[in-house]
Parts: sequence; structure tokens; C-alpha cells
Amino acid sequence: MTSHVLSQLRSLEAESIHIIREVVAEMQRPVLLFSGGKDSIVMLHLAAKAFAPARIPFPIMHVDTGLNFQTVLDCRDRWVERLGIQLVVASVQDAIDRGLVKEEPNGSRNRIQTPVLLEAVEKHGFDAAFGGGRRDEEKARAKERVFSFRDDFGQWDPKNQRPEIWSLYNGRVHQGESIRVFPLSNWTELDIWSYIAAENIDIPDLYLAQEREVVERDGMLFAVNEFTPLKEGETSERRSVRYRTVGDANLTAAVASDATTLTAIVEETAAVRITERGATRGDDKVSEAAMEDRKREGYF
Amino acid sequence: MSTTTENLAEALTDGSTDLLRFATAGSVDDGKSTLIGRLLFDSKTIFEDQLDSVESVSKDRGNDYTDLSLLTDGLRAEREQGITIDVAYRYFATPKRKFIIADTPGHTQYTRNMVTGASTADVALILVDARKGVIEQSRRHTFLATLLGVPHIVVCVNKMDLVDYSEEVFESIRRDFTEFASRLRVPDLTFIPISALEGDNVVNRSENTPWYEGSPLLSHLERLHVASDRNLVDVRFPVQYVIRPQSHDSRDYRGYAGTVASGVMKPGDKVVALPAGLETTIASIETADGPVEEAYPPMAVTVRLTDEIDISRGDMIARPNNTPASLQNIDAQICWMDESAPLTVGKKYAIKHTTRWARAMVKNINYRVDVNTLHRDEDVTEIKLNEIGRIQLRVTQPLFVDPYQQNPETGSFILVDESTNKTVAAGMVGGLPHRV
Repeated sequence: MTSHVLSQLRSLEAESIHIIREVVAEMQRPVLLFSGGKDSIVMLHLAAKAFAPARIPFPIMHVDTGLNFQTVLDCRDRWVERLGIQLVVASVQDAIDRGLVKEEPNGSRNRIQTPVLLEAVEKHGFDAAFGGGRRDEEKARAKERVFSFRDDFGQWDPKNQRPEIWSLYNGRVHQGESIRVFPLSNWTELDIWSYIAAENIDIPDLYLAQEREVVERDGMLFAVNEFTPLKEGETSERRSVRYRTVGDANLTAAVASDATTLTAIVEETAAVRITERGATRGDDKVSEAAMEDRKREGYF
Repeated sequence: MSTTTENLAEALTDGSTDLLRFATAGSVDDGKSTLIGRLLFDSKTIFEDQLDSVESVSKDRGNDYTDLSLLTDGLRAEREQGITIDVAYRYFATPKRKFIIADTPGHTQYTRNMVTGASTADVALILVDARKGVIEQSRRHTFLATLLGVPHIVVCVNKMDLVDYSEEVFESIRRDFTEFASRLRVPDLTFIPISALEGDNVVNRSENTPWYEGSPLLSHLERLHVASDRNLVDVRFPVQYVIRPQSHDSRDYRGYAGTVASGVMKPGDKVVALPAGLETTIASIETADGPVEEAYPPMAVTVRLTDEIDISRGDMIARPNNTPASLQNIDAQICWMDESAPLTVGKKYAIKHTTRWARAMVKNINYRVDVNTLHRDEDVTEIKLNEIGRIQLRVTQPLFVDPYQQNPETGSFILVDESTNKTVAAGMVGGLPHRV
């Protein structure tokens, strides 16, 4: 006789699967936004579970900034191959070449992903897009719904959100409108790592600690590579580091770490005292409302 | 690395941690933000860069103390106006439990937000200012928590430091509250004397209240027994999606995917599929990780049946001798959530109940409840934003319902405006949970 209590990871898993199935049952043309990072990988893993033994009944879309770590692309391709799903790539480089967007002076392609994303959503007629956002990541996300309504410009209006009661989600939209769906809303960074460890999920090896040639800039450790070459006057050193987030290769910093196994990462995450974005993302530091502004424009 | 951290990491991974959702409700001055800040801070959930940012903003504004509400008030309009607009979700974990806090604000949109936060809560935390005692707002919070069927209520008598940790003050509040609550259906009511600001009885037992024999708040929340709150008796499985792989090797596969709403299902159980009313047997219960011996809420599974019968999304699987009521006339309490138009007799809405959509027309408004006095006003023609009322609906097709107080999963529904697509009401099947 069991106690009929689900562990917290299994409760979160069940909630996410419920959300993913609800979208497929009610929306016309869903897509899963896949960055190659740990959150979108967990989301894809959950989508595969939701429809087993059938295949995932929707494509995934990678908004490709052209500034990817190769190991992240390799991991993406392994997932596509393994699950037999369709991959849609929306290229930021292509959008720059066409003049749709302009690169920012600091080389960030974070914000200009938004028009590329919205264009692709419209072109393919997607009316629901799964995102890997979590409410513990950031204050603006903490108040976003699981089913987040977007008008026909793809915009989010935080003051005009639909009430979300029980698990009765409302995905009704008019032509041209859409919803963003966040199946990982109630997961924390620690939950994600505990789940990756418990399920032994395939992730890019960047997340695991390894000796890398790094240079310190503004208190952050950047790996020396083609995206972040050593500038004049800088010196690099070899240190054991890993990545807590995987964004654009030119802006994502690593953290000092000896965590070479998934279990070690879980322990390190339980002990860490700085948020993942605060520690590693130059692009999120712009203003206190940076994320809210980007979300209003239609960002992930 | 500390032992606590290792314990936490291990407990989360090996599955010995469960999940508790609680809702907090209150107004600006009752210390709610301070209490949440204290729980997050003492459980080491607030990160250093978040605290730095809150400290620097507090200093910029010339505040004497660090304003912990800045941790949750994330939207620009909230910071500009110094108010909380919406339900904010916060998370923390101890080696025993992971906690999800639905933090609901206390101003005008209050009822809508509290209903949203309480709809999924195992516990409602109600703050009472020790200097003010039980006020109208405490009664409103408690009524809404019981309306939503929250099984546990914890009354935190806060600011005990400002009444010299007086046992008499605490006991008098407990008496007043208990008397009021006796009119409501509160399965479990606990009182804890705390000071969120000083930390008394929040995480650690306070030396200032030697007369208090109960647990501090966090240990109480860690130990609270919530497993028996779920309905494990009445098997209800709303079919969410039919899985039929379009591949050569599993062409004959047909599975009914869904989340167990209540009851315990096992292979071999005789079941009935509604609305068809056909009886069959559960052949297997499957997950992506293989078959399971039993399924219980809130597991998301795929059920396979021994007979090929026509079942689709919105249908309900139950036991032949224990089925929900199949109703087209619904008697319900609703909380109205739309600011643009009230609910009136004759209006039509889309209705979502479990996985089934239909259309509904308002046949009658029986009464509106004053959430402060519990008085029923029968002389009403509409239900406005943040009001609660009892109504009769006529639905275009049968819904398979149980009374909300017996089964929140099959007793709840939402109404959606068909022109704006906005969710305009939360509905609960059956009468009020209180005696008058």
C-alpha cells in the first residue's frame, strides 16, 4: 500500500504534462520554442512524455542568433534526431541581412530576437508557443500566467491578464492573436537540476565543470574562444568553470565550479547565493525593468 | 557545503520531498510582505543580488528599512504606484517540502486575486494584527478561503512584539476568530503568535512566548498533513486527449491521456465512460516510464481499456457504482472577475468544466453574498466585479459534476466571454459552505 502522495518533482512533472496536453488538445497550431538551454530541454523531455508512445505532435522552433556554442547545436540536433520531430529555424543573421533588425552596439542579439520570433510565428501561423520561462527567474515572470495571452502584435499586457483559476486554462484567441504557454512556471532552478539528475537528461556539456581558458570582465568569467577573444591588455587563466545559463556565446559568462556531475550541480545549486541571470548574463543587467520591457514587446 | 544544503539536494532528487501550496492574503500594513520576506530570507531563498537590488532601491527612496515587498512587486506600475497588482508566485524549499506561495494583494481587485490564489492552495495564511484584532478583512479572507474549499487555515497573529507578547491578547483574538469561524466550514484552524519583523515563531521558536506550546510557522507548514485532503474515493478521470500513434509498429494503439481528478484507479477495475454510459475494464495504466499499478491525483497518465468504445476529449471515466451527476442545469456559486460588464440573467457564456467546453445561459440569480457580513441579498439583478453570488445556469450539453466541497476538481468551472475571450468568472457547483 503506497501513501498516494506524489513527490514534488513528480507533481511538477504531472502539472507540466497536463499543461502541454491541454495546449495540443485546444490550440490549432502549437510550437515549442527551443533554445538548446536546460529549461527548453526539460520542456521537450516533458512533451515527449506527454504523448508517448506517439511522437510529439508539434514542431520545435529555434530562434538562431548565429552566436551559438557548437556543443549546444550538437545537443539540439541529437534531440531532434532522437524524437523524430520537425525543427524550424528562424535566423537572426538572415533577418539582419534582410534589414528587418539591427544589431545593438554591444553585439547583443538578445533583444532583436523578438521581431524574428514574431515574424516566424506569423509566417507559420502558430497560435500557441511553449516557452521555458520559470516564475522564479525574475520578478516580471513571477506574475505571468501559465497561458499568457498575446495580442496580434505579440505583446504582453501585464495589467490585462486573464484570471487563471484551478487548472482550467483558457486558450481562446481570435485570428492573429496567440498565447505563450509556460509549462515550467512552477519549477525553480533547483527543481530543473534535480529533475535532470533524476532522469539523466541529455544536456550540452557546457553545463558541467571543466578546465577552460577564461578571462575576467566586470567580475564575470568569459571563456576565451572565437566569440569572446582576448582583448588587448587582458590576460587569461585556466580555471575549472561551468555555465549556469546558455545564451549567446559572446555574452554568456561561466562561473567557477568543480561540479563535474549532475549530482554535484544539484548540490551546488542548492548552496548558491546569486541568481543565475545575475551571475552570468550581461544582457539582463540593463535596467530593473529590462525583462518586463522585453516581454511586453513579445520576447520569450 | 552545509549539511542542510546536502540534505536538500538529496531529498529533492530522491523524491522524499512533497509539495505544499499556500496562499497569503492581506493588506498593505499587516506585515504580509515582511512575513514572506522573512520565510524566504530565513530559508536562504533570497539571493544576494536580489537583496542588494532591494536594499539599494530602498535607500534611493529614503526608506529607513529594507522594503521586502520590492522583492515581489516586479512590474513597473507596481513600483511606481507602490501597490501590488497581481498574484505573485514565490518558491522556497526545505529538505521536507517544497513550498509554492500565491501572494495575493489586498486592495480593490482583492477578491478576484484571492480566489485565484486560493483555488489551488492547500493552506491559507491569514494575518491578523495583534493590536487590531479580528477585523472585517480577516472575516473576508476566511470566508473566501472556505468558499474555495482550502482545507487548512493558519491564523498568524502578527506584531506580537507591539503588544508585549501578551498571552491575553493572543487568546482574546483566538476566541473572537474561533467564534466567527464556527459559522464556516473550516476543517483545520491553527493560531500562531508571531512577529514577522523580529522573527518570533516564524522559523524558530520564540523565547518571548513561553506560554505558546505550538510549533513555529515553518515547522507547522512542514508537518501539516495534506495527503488526506485529496479525494481518493471517487474515481474521476476526465479524458484530455486521445493518443493514437501514426506509426507502423503501434497502429492499433489507443490510449486515453489525462490527469486523475480524484480516486485511485487500477488495472482490472470496472469503469464506465460518460456520456456514452458504456461499461468496460481498465486494461493498463501507462506513463512514458512504463505501466503503473495504480494512478491517483494529480498523476498524468494514459489509460487503456479492454473494449474499443468511442471516447473523446471531454468524456469522463468513473466507476459504474460511483458516477458524477450528469447535469444540464447547474446550481453554483460564482465569483465575478470582469470589470467591463456584470453578470446578468439571460446572458450567454462559454463554460469550461474539466476538459469539456460548452455554452451556458444564466437562468437566475438567487442572491449575492456580502463577503464581509455573509449576508445574502436576494434583491439583485446583476453580479459585479469581485462580487460573489449564487446562480442557476442552463448548459448546452451535460457536465459530469460533483459538489465543489466534495470534489473541487469536478465541482469547478470557468465562464468565458464569447466576444472578448476573457475569463470572467470562477464557478463552484453547489451551495455555500457555511451555516447561517
